[in-house]
This record gives sequence, structure tokens and C-alpha cells, in this order.
Amino acid sequence: MDSTQLYQEIILDHNKKPRNWGKVEGCTHKSEGLNPLCGDHIWVTLKVVDDAIENVAFEGKSCAICKASASMMTTAVKGKKLAEADALVQEFREMATGKLDVGQGTHHLGRLTVFAGVKDLPARVKCAILPWHTLHAAFAQEATISTEGANDPFANA
Amino acid sequence: MSALPLQTPSGIIAAPFDVEPIRADFPILGEVRVNGKPLAYLDNGASSQMPQQVIDRLVRYQTREHANIHRGVHYLSATATAAFEAARVTVQRFLNARQDREIVFTSNVTDSINLVAHGYGRAFIGAGDEIIITHLEHHANIVPWQMLCEEKGAKLRVAPINDSGEVIMEEFEKLFSPRTRFVSVTHVANALGTINPVREMTEIAHRHGVPIMIDGAQAVQHMAVDVQALDCDFYAFTGHKVFGPTGVGVLYGKAALLEKMRPFRGGGDMILSVTFEKTTYNVIPYKFEAGTPPISQAIALATALDYVTGVGLDRIAAYENELLRYATESLRAIPDVRIIGEAQQKASVLSFNVGEVHPHDVGSLLNDDGVAVRTGHHCAQPVMDRFGVAATARASFAFYNTLAEVDQLAASVRRVQKLFA
Ligand SMILES: Cc1ncc(COP(=O)(O)O)c(C=O)c1O
Repeated sequence: MDSTQLYQEIILDHNKKPRNWGKVEGCTHKSEGLNPLCGDHIWVTLKVVDDAIENVAFEGKSCAICKASASMMTTAVKGKKLAEADALVQEFREMATGKLDVGQGTHHLGRLTVFAGVKDLPARVKCAILPWHTLHAAFAQEATISTEGANDPFANA
Repeated sequence: MSALPLQTPSGIIAAPFDVEPIRADFPILGEVRVNGKPLAYLDNGASSQMPQQVIDRLVRYQTREHANIHRGVHYLSATATAAFEAARVTVQRFLNARQDREIVFTSNVTDSINLVAHGYGRAFIGAGDEIIITHLEHHANIVPWQMLCEEKGAKLRVAPINDSGEVIMEEFEKLFSPRTRFVSVTHVANALGTINPVREMTEIAHRHGVPIMIDGAQAVQHMAVDVQALDCDFYAFTGHKVFGPTGVGVLYGKAALLEKMRPFRGGGDMILSVTFEKTTYNVIPYKFEAGTPPISQAIALATALDYVTGVGLDRIAAYENELLRYATESLRAIPDVRIIGEAQQKASVLSFNVGEVHPHDVGSLLNDDGVAVRTGHHCAQPVMDRFGVAATARASFAFYNTLAEVDQLAASVRRVQKLFA
């Protein structure tokens, strides 16, 4: 796969103008995600009310793939129930690692399928998944996650 | 591509550098296409490719010469031992060392530096003593000294660099104190390409009575190195960046210093006799070569050094200078491109960023066009911090690269710039 196919208009747009950039005031959950290999480093904060994500934001330093993924993630999960959002985390992760064929069966990824091609760019899979895993860690009240070493959540992904 | 006329460092106009026959010696350059495009391999700073001669040497060794060395009386052991020791002599000549026993085979330059940090550092550096390095170092020339400092209560002092990426020599000299016990500096900075004035640094160190080690990992593939002319106490390099195999490195050390040093690792080959009461260490260089060494790798490394010497390091330096000049001009002409590291004296290494685009995005997109560059912090995070960037893209050229490949790089960078503009 040609990575140029991945850098589509929508990804470039979210990279340039990230949605929900910053911190949520009075957040109830937060987590920090780090990909030491390429230096992606983001923070996700959320406010959960009655088991639903009332507000979510992110900030940090990262490549375009990671930033666009985080930006589109925030727009996708805002307003969702935690369980629904966590299911979406799982679907995104399966798509990015090539376990879910977005052309087949039912899923809730919608426009997030622009990231499907990342499965053929092994060096970039972690960039796309990092925000999602950070969100998942925030749900679980884990302070920090890393994509490397003993904490690598994708080691056996 | 037409041959380039050359101005060598000694000022003589040499015969034009004809790159095509050289490329023909490196099979991987012709074999590999990326994304349907010809490969432009510009990641030589991370690891270089092997000419057919080196590959053939490995094959010949494994098909006709292999056995363990220094221990068998049989034919193959004698053959392998002779080839391994001949490789040591080739390295000695390559560096112009006085004696072959001043050449130690290690597993890479990282191993060479650790050997000195243990063998010399642990024996002769104590609490309150100081070690000088520069801001340009690869992590391999920082961490072993930090570990030593931590263990001994010694202090690491770092010579600062200016905005061009050059060590500020007055500041370097100011760091010396009566407690300075060791200096270790890179010859060529891997992230920026800066060539350090190592001759002058050695003079300064010696004026203060301090031994100096030079990390030549990024130097020996670009320029002729003469350890006697430099007068440095240790010089190290790594096989896989000078067109040889992985798994072999070199440490040169002045015999008198090597003799004073403690062994690094214990085991076979580094001993003369062992009883449970006492072990007598072998003479240098064997004292530092515990266990079965990288035999085939060392032998093939010698072939690689012969190859480089055959092409001529002066001619290589002059040709690469042309590549660097052309690449620098070509990238500078692209909007938003920032070149990081603009030292007066540079080897053919070009670090750059494209506006705010993350280097990993740059690297992925360049790969689509067949261009291989390194992206990241290049194991030199302090250098990145100094220039206020998290990472860069780095093109590093070898003498088999061409002006056409520079054009391929520049066109690809231009495409990235437009995509993100
Ligand atoms: C200046 C410098 N020192 C040390 C090293 C480490 O080399 P090796 O991994 O072969 O030990 C490198 C290579 O990345 C380097 O560029």
C-alpha cells in the first residue's frame, strides 16, 4: 500500500484543524499516551456524566496520522455511552490491525474507515491506534500508556 | 549519469568520479524497487549496503574456511585464524595504527565504547572525577559514561554547540579541570553531519594530560582516518556503516593504555591460564576478545575496508561533498524546508524538517517515492532538544548515491510540502 492513499483530504484536514483540541474543564477521566518510537505523545481528557461522554478533548505532539485519528475519535465518541465508545475502540483496533474488513459485516466506524489502509503500513499502525488506546486507558482510569516495552498493549495485537 | 570532476581535499583535480561501475558492485541497489519506483537509499548513516565483493567473501569463508579460531590444530581452524588475524592487519593499516595488537574486534561501536568505559573508566575514574563529552553525541557515547558516573560518583561535563551545530571550542577547553580524567567525542555527528575538529580536541585533551576517545562510527566511511596523525588514545567504529556486516566493531587503543586496562568480559580466549584460585589474562588485543569473536564478520569487514580504500577515501570525500552541496541547495529551494545542522565542516548527512509536518509523515510519503531516509531523534535526543525539534528527517549519502537520487529526494520533499501546505 502506498501511504499517499492514507493522507486523504479528511486526514489532512483534521491534522491541520484538529477538533476538540485542548483539555476538558473539570474532567472526570484522563490519560496520557506515548509512542516512544516516533515520539507521538498525547493527552486525552473527558467528562463522563451518567455513563455518557459529555465532553472529550485531546492535545499533544504527534504525526498527522495520530493527530487526525485523535481528532476524528473525539468527534465520534462525544455523546456516546462508555460501553458504545469502548466497542468503537475495539472495532478501530481490529480495523487498524487488519482483523476487521470494513467492507464486510456490520460495524460503527463510519468515516473512520479512512484509516483502514494503515493496516498495510506496519510502522504506522501504532500512530493510528494510540489515541484510541489512550481513550480506553482513561475509561479504566489508567494514568499513562506506552506502545513500547512491557506495557505494549499491542504486543500480541 | 555523467561523471563529476572532482576537487579532492588535497586540492588536486582527480579523475572524474564514475558512480555507475560502483553502483554495479552493490546488488541491492539494482534489485530493489519500492512501490514500483527505483530505490534511492539515503539511510546510509543508519546502515550501509554491501558490495558483491564483501558478500562473496562471506560466502567463501562459510563454504571453504570456517572453524573456530585460536584453538584447533586442524586445517580449517588454522585457515580461519589466519584470515581473522589478516583482517586485524587490514584494520590496522586502514587506521594507520602502529601495531596490529592495538586493534580489538568488538561487536559494534557501542560495544567498543562500553569496553573503554569499563576497562579504562572503572579502573581509573573515581568519585569527583570528570568526563567530558559534547552535545553532539549519539546515545552510545553518552549512556556508558553516565552509567560509569553513576557508579563512581563522577561527573559528566558536556561541551555546548552553536546554532550551526558546531562545538564551541573555547567552551570545550574551559570544561577541563584538574579533575578531568577522560574525554570522549564523536568524529562526525550522526544527527547533523558536523565534523568535529578532533585533531585540535586531542591536542587540548593532551595539553591537560587527559586521554581522548573518538567515536568514528559516522566518519570512517566518509574520510581517511589516521590515528597516529590524530594522536588520539582510542578510536572506534562499526562494521555495518562502512559497507561491512553487522555484528562486528573495532576498537583502536594505544598499546600502553590497552595494557593498563582491565578486561571487559571474562571467558575463553582472553586468558592465558585459569585455576580456581587465579586467572592470568592474555596479552592485548586478546585480553579484550572473550568468547568466540565475529569471525566471518571481521574477515568480511576487511574486504569492505579494502574496497573503500580501492575507491579512495579522498575521492569519496570529494564526491560526497558534491552530493551534499547539491542536496543542500535543492532542499533549501523548497518552501518551508528547514535544514538542521549547517556546520562549516560537514560529512554527507542532511537533517531537515518540512514546516510543521512530523518527520514520520515525511518518511512515509518519501517511501512512496522510493526514497529511504531515517526519521526520528537519531539516538541523539540532546541534539534534537538543542534545536527545539522532537525529530528530523535525515538523508545520509554514500559514494554510491547519485545526483539523480538527490533530484528524486527533492521532488518527493516538494510533494510532501504541497500536500501539507
Ligand atoms: C556516532 C554514532 N555512534 C554510535 C553509533 C552506534 O552504532 P552501533 O549501533 O553499530 O553500535 C552510531 C550509529 O547509529 C553512530 O552514528
